[in-house]
Amino acid sequence: MLHNKSFVKKTKGGKVMKQVREHYLRDDIYCGTPSCTVCDSSGARLSDSASTILVVDTNVVLNQIDLLENSAIDDVVVLSIVLEEVKNKNMSVYNRLRAICSNSNRKFFVFSNEYHRDTYVKEMSGETKNDRNDRAIRVAAQWYQKHLGGAVKVLLVTNDKENKRKASEEGICAETVESYVKSLDRPDLLDLLVRPSSEDAEMEDVEDHRPSKRKVIYSEHKPMSEITSGLHRGIYHQGKLRVNRYNPFEAYVGSESIGDEIIIYGRSNMNRAFDGDIVAVELLPEDQWQGEKSLSIVGEEDEDEDEDVHLAPNSADDAPRTTPQQGSTGVTNAGSSRPSGRIVGIIKRNWHSYCGSLEPMPMPGGSRGVAYALFVSKDRRFPKIRIQTRQLENLLDKRIMVSVDSWDRQSRYPSGHYVRTIGEIGDRDTESEVVLIENDINSRPFSAQVLACLPPLPWSVSSEDLSIPFRQDLRHLRVFSVDPPGCKDIDDALHCYALPNGNFEVGVHIADVTNFVFPGTPLDDEASQRGTSVYLVERRIDMLPKPLTEDVCSLRSDVERLAFSVIWEMTPEADIISTRYTKSVIKSAAALSYVEAQARMDDSRLMDPVTTDLRNMNSLAKKMRLRRIERGALTLASAEVKFQIDTETHDPLDIGMYQIREANQMVEEFMLAANVSVAQQILKSFPLCSLLRRHPTPTKEMLEPLLRVSAAIGLNLDVSSSKALADSLDLAVGGDPYFNKLIRILATRCMSQAVYFCSGDLSPPEYHHYGLATPLYTHFTSPIRRYADVIVHRLLAASIGISKLPSVFQDRLQLTSIADNLNYRHRNAQMAGRASVELHTLIYFRKRPTDTEARIVKIRSNGFFVFVPKYGIEGPVYLTTRAEKGSGEWYVDEQEQKIKKMDGSLSYSILQTVQIHMEVVEPQPNRPKLQLTLI
Amino acid sequence: MEYVSPEGLRLDGRRPMEMRQIRAEIGAVSKADGSAVFEMGNTKVIAAVYGPREVQNRSQQLSDQALVRCEYSMANFSTGDRMRKPKGDRRSIEISLVIRQTMEECILTHLMPRSQIDIYVQVLQADGGTRSACINAATLALADAGIPMRDLVTSCSAGYLNSTPLLDLNYVEDSAGGPDITVGILPKLDKVTLLQMDSKLPIDILENVMQLATEGCKAIANYIREILLENTKELEYRRGS
Ligand SMILES: [Zn+2]
Repeated sequence: MLHNKSFVKKTKGGKVMKQVREHYLRDDIYCGTPSCTVCDSSGARLSDSASTILVVDTNVVLNQIDLLENSAIDDVVVLSIVLEEVKNKNMSVYNRLRAICSNSNRKFFVFSNEYHRDTYVKEMSGETKNDRNDRAIRVAAQWYQKHLGGAVKVLLVTNDKENKRKASEEGICAETVESYVKSLDRPDLLDLLVRPSSEDAEMEDVEDHRPSKRKVIYSEHKPMSEITSGLHRGIYHQGKLRVNRYNPFEAYVGSESIGDEIIIYGRSNMNRAFDGDIVAVELLPEDQWQGEKSLSIVGEEDEDEDEDVHLAPNSADDAPRTTPQQGSTGVTNAGSSRPSGRIVGIIKRNWHSYCGSLEPMPMPGGSRGVAYALFVSKDRRFPKIRIQTRQLENLLDKRIMVSVDSWDRQSRYPSGHYVRTIGEIGDRDTESEVVLIENDINSRPFSAQVLACLPPLPWSVSSEDLSIPFRQDLRHLRVFSVDPPGCKDIDDALHCYALPNGNFEVGVHIADVTNFVFPGTPLDDEASQRGTSVYLVERRIDMLPKPLTEDVCSLRSDVERLAFSVIWEMTPEADIISTRYTKSVIKSAAALSYVEAQARMDDSRLMDPVTTDLRNMNSLAKKMRLRRIERGALTLASAEVKFQIDTETHDPLDIGMYQIREANQMVEEFMLAANVSVAQQILKSFPLCSLLRRHPTPTKEMLEPLLRVSAAIGLNLDVSSSKALADSLDLAVGGDPYFNKLIRILATRCMSQAVYFCSGDLSPPEYHHYGLATPLYTHFTSPIRRYADVIVHRLLAASIGISKLPSVFQDRLQLTSIADNLNYRHRNAQMAGRASVELHTLIYFRKRPTDTEARIVKIRSNGFFVFVPKYGIEGPVYLTTRAEKGSGEWYVDEQEQKIKKMDGSLSYSILQTVQIHMEVVEPQPNRPKLQLTLI
Repeated sequence: MEYVSPEGLRLDGRRPMEMRQIRAEIGAVSKADGSAVFEMGNTKVIAAVYGPREVQNRSQQLSDQALVRCEYSMANFSTGDRMRKPKGDRRSIEISLVIRQTMEECILTHLMPRSQIDIYVQVLQADGGTRSACINAATLALADAGIPMRDLVTSCSAGYLNSTPLLDLNYVEDSAGGPDITVGILPKLDKVTLLQMDSKLPIDILENVMQLATEGCKAIANYIREILLENTKELEYRRGS
């Protein structure tokens, strides 16, 4: 059956045009109940014995998606018209709804009512689109009731009064969400419901005990029309709001229109915007640009935000933003005149669900009823959220997830609703899950479609693999790998042979992952989405399924494995004479740990071939490393922490710094060299679509904290180039052996991180990798745990003509978005790793109060931040308690970076060594934290 | 953009392997020696054939075969926006050429030396797949004119959107910017005479998409045969009365 839908559409030029579209109506769209005798039930999703089938209205999906996601709600028919309306209104809800519909554990069925000959409705004259769609929903509900007969009740769930009234008139069962959920007798489900905003008044008392009644706290958001014209006239600026992770009262909006970052200070200027929202900003008058600096660091009004002990940052991206303080180091305040602004409107919300816990509160009398509580997100960038709950008693000691519903001008905090419970606060599994959720890490098991892409197991090299002309048989080579102890995902192996002409042949063999992961397969899509494996203290979340990660791809010893090899001929001076790339078959002779490799090299009695190879390689690596450093590569330092984990309880037994040995550096050196060679090769073949890695040169502003410290201690650092900086870092020798490392650690945290990019997006000078002092760099050596390397393997294979380039490389936009995703995933994986270490540090010190040595790294008005080298953590030490804050007993000498007692009896200066006591305290129940105090 | 829903329906309610409704009518232009109207969904094309007749321009005359000429145009009202398209623009010339070459391939030109066959095709309504519709209309018109042909030539397009091969793209799907191909076949001889593609496609996918378009061509050929048969019966009936 054919219908021509005709409608009027405005063209780009503003002309009005009549459009005619064909619309085919079908008789092969089925109802989705398995027992139906009329329909083809092969695609049925609803349960066999359902007594009630729900048809949900668009407004229910848009507002109550958290409820629909709860597995208690099932046997739902989703009409295609509802999907279409939801898609037009909110893409993120649409995606969530689609995810429920495609989840095989849920019984949601999509009924294409718009294409069914009996349920398609034509727009009547004078009927609005909305009315027509409501009618379509009712017609479909009625069709279902008629189709399924009396045995099943079809219930239309709608919160639209008019729709509900009309439905009842037409003889359709209809209920509101609230009354339906109440009928289920599941009080916990009621928590999931989004409150209509009329209830706001009742909730007022929970957020504010002061007698203020509904006073207006925030200024009004400008209507969209005004924002659009304001943006047009240049008085407003549009951008994405990013809240400072370490100081939630400070946020930034990167604005293209003024080409700079606009700083937003304080909650009132932020005007109810969330991190990630697209906002419209108005600049404040210039004389107000500096005025609000004093707000920084601790607390605003009654919100006490404590500084916590954190893992020491590894780069500028981990560290709190430092706003240059006025007049510091005697420099002009050129740096401090950065534009400040206030938010006048929100163009697009970025609300989602947040992980955290309820603020401790006494149980209200009559605990059975509804209680109001404040939710505190674990991620400090988000404000507290008020929720109402019927299960307060249950939730107080739990980590929970909460969604935001609304935020009006009279409320200090946004209101939201409970979504689900993760587990008990402080429980290691719960907190680990929180870490994963917060960093958007997919730790779900791989789907059946993904696993179906694996080669048949057990897998071994076949004669077919060997007969491929481009795959070289290198099984005769003495190849071995050197990795951390217990490493199961062995990406790389090496070989080193002396050639008759006195040169060396050195090979880097990398797991041939792309032999198993083909572009466009579900396995490839999944790996691309995950982007990287994530290493938590007690577990690893793989990018590829375990059989690939630990067996088929892993270059384990004594088994034949497929590899992608980079083979150089090098002079004894480690100059590369030639480079070749080939797919290969290898058989590793030994899988050594760093410790073993080091011990072999050190033991002069050992003269076996592998040890000789190791020594040769080590001497080459040392020369390569020296040359790299001469070029200006920075020897950066970070404080990596290693836990010893109890195999039974998974609790940390011991904690210490990760020791870097020569063997580590040796392997690293060859990996760097392989990555550089591959980068040159792929860029030569594909100048516009190579995936490379760059490290931007730090700006003067970024190095400011380092310079301030060095000026205070009289150290002269030249930061004009990476070479100059590297040299002056070498010269920075203080009174104690740790001094140099400390300066390097401080330098490292001023740098931003390296990022992936698509070569077509930037110009060659921008490709530069500052830290490694190389003009080109990429990632090739870890394809088992990084997707970037998978892409680079495909590029390399195409560049040497053994396979064709997958189609995605022709689409630069898509390539750029892949690079962006990899950066995001990479960053999140690191943050998750750090959070996991922080969590285990807390668990470790819970039973072990410790005294230790610490170095002062930052001076504050009421104390200082110390870095604890032994445990790699950093946190505040207060000289004054909060109550006597600003009592004036202490003052800060910015120039010398010292905090001094007024009477001159005591002073602490930057980089000074202090003895501290570390202990886990619980200032509030269930909220343990690590506290550092001076001894 | 979602061109195929997870339920497997396209924006206009078709499934990926389904063609739009096709309709054909023979003899719409009574002055011509043969003519036909061909519709694929909302795409509507008229074709008229004159000949074989004397060659107008003696210098173009071919001594061993017939001269085939083709003129393609689009009615100004065909797309809905009243844009005036100059006659003889590059696209028209290209399509004229494609149609001429395709038809030449199936006309037994050596049977009609020193003569001329003119094919006029005009798009009355455009909604994607105009090229194919033109070829199908021209085939019918040639058959109607009684011009000896090796086989019918039929054409259909197919594309690849949302990782799904789609048969017979309409305008919305066509303007999605995905790869699409137009295939013309001689169904009885099972020979491909036309293959046009305007973007890159990996070879394995191309095979699938081409297979689909070929199926479409075959279905159209069956339909055209039916129409011709019906037409012949009608003529017989008229003659008989
Ligand atoms: Zn049915």
